[in-house]
Amino acid sequence: MEEDKLKKDKLIIAKKKFVSRLIVGTGKYKSMSECAKAIKISGAEIVTVAVRRVNILNKNKPLLMDYIDPKKITYLPNTAGCFNSKDALRTLRLAREIGGWKLVKLEVLGDKTNLFPDMIETLKTTEVLAKEGFKVMVYCNDDPLMAKRLENSGADAIMPLAAPIGSGLGILNKINIQIIRNQTKLPVIIDAGLGQASDATIAMELGCDGVLVNTAIAKAKKPFEMALAFKNAVVAGRQSYNSGRISKTVMGNPSSPTEGII
Amino acid sequence: MKKIKIKVNGKIKTVLSNSKLSDLLNNLNIPIKKVAIELNEEIIDKKRSNNIKLKKNDKIEIVHFIGGG
Repeated sequence: MEEDKLKKDKLIIAKKKFVSRLIVGTGKYKSMSECAKAIKISGAEIVTVAVRRVNILNKNKPLLMDYIDPKKITYLPNTAGCFNSKDALRTLRLAREIGGWKLVKLEVLGDKTNLFPDMIETLKTTEVLAKEGFKVMVYCNDDPLMAKRLENSGADAIMPLAAPIGSGLGILNKINIQIIRNQTKLPVIIDAGLGQASDATIAMELGCDGVLVNTAIAKAKKPFEMALAFKNAVVAGRQSYNSGRISKTVMGNPSSPTEGII
Repeated sequence: MKKIKIKVNGKIKTVLSNSKLSDLLNNLNIPIKKVAIELNEEIIDKKRSNNIKLKKNDKIEIVHFIGGG
């Protein structure tokens, strides 16, 4: 009964509906089969993928598409490694050409050390992509003003970082994430920086619409167990958010009746 | 037959001067449906690869999806 309710509570991105609110990355796994199995366990319906040169020297190298069927799982091509608008546009136009992908993840990085996004290039690129008919999910910093400007530039989802990519630090600025969540009608998806399952629960309890996780699953000692932990954590966080938490108080309030004490 | 040098994914390759792009793709065993192709920084329509003649110093990029976050 309650689980049926959750199935109806769908994540909607650019008019497409998804039951799972967990998006997973496909990088950093030991093998493609490990990656495919982790995705299956996570229940994710969207996975991020990178666009790279085909290895022309090794013709028999396994292809991602042979392990993860793009007809069953939505591929979300990214622009990882792009440090300017030109490269990001080139990458996503190529991604679209591979097979009609229009739903994309834009990330334009500005700093090689902390991998923070260059928001000026990001805004510029979002505008161009939206005009070209792309549905753009945008990796951004946790600045509410920038998030607002992204929305005005035609983004389809706002994806603020929790912490630097791959850092595992969890959500560093909960207040900003909440402000970003409350000021927009677009889906807000926490992208980057989560370290453990409870971080995902916190993101969902803040009201976020989903989370994107790669390193925390792929680099866990037991990726399959962590994939399941994240799946459950996202569900738990969403249910908790939908349930309406009690208000906080500094006073104690007994859970058992005070009347009839012997 | 005369040969020409082209660049494919950053590597120099020598092909016959009357080669078409489709010959190169066949030769490299490229799964057309799973890639995108750029010729001199312009995306080309994969279906038209047998109409495109390769020229000296052409730069070709063939990309596909790999694991990423």
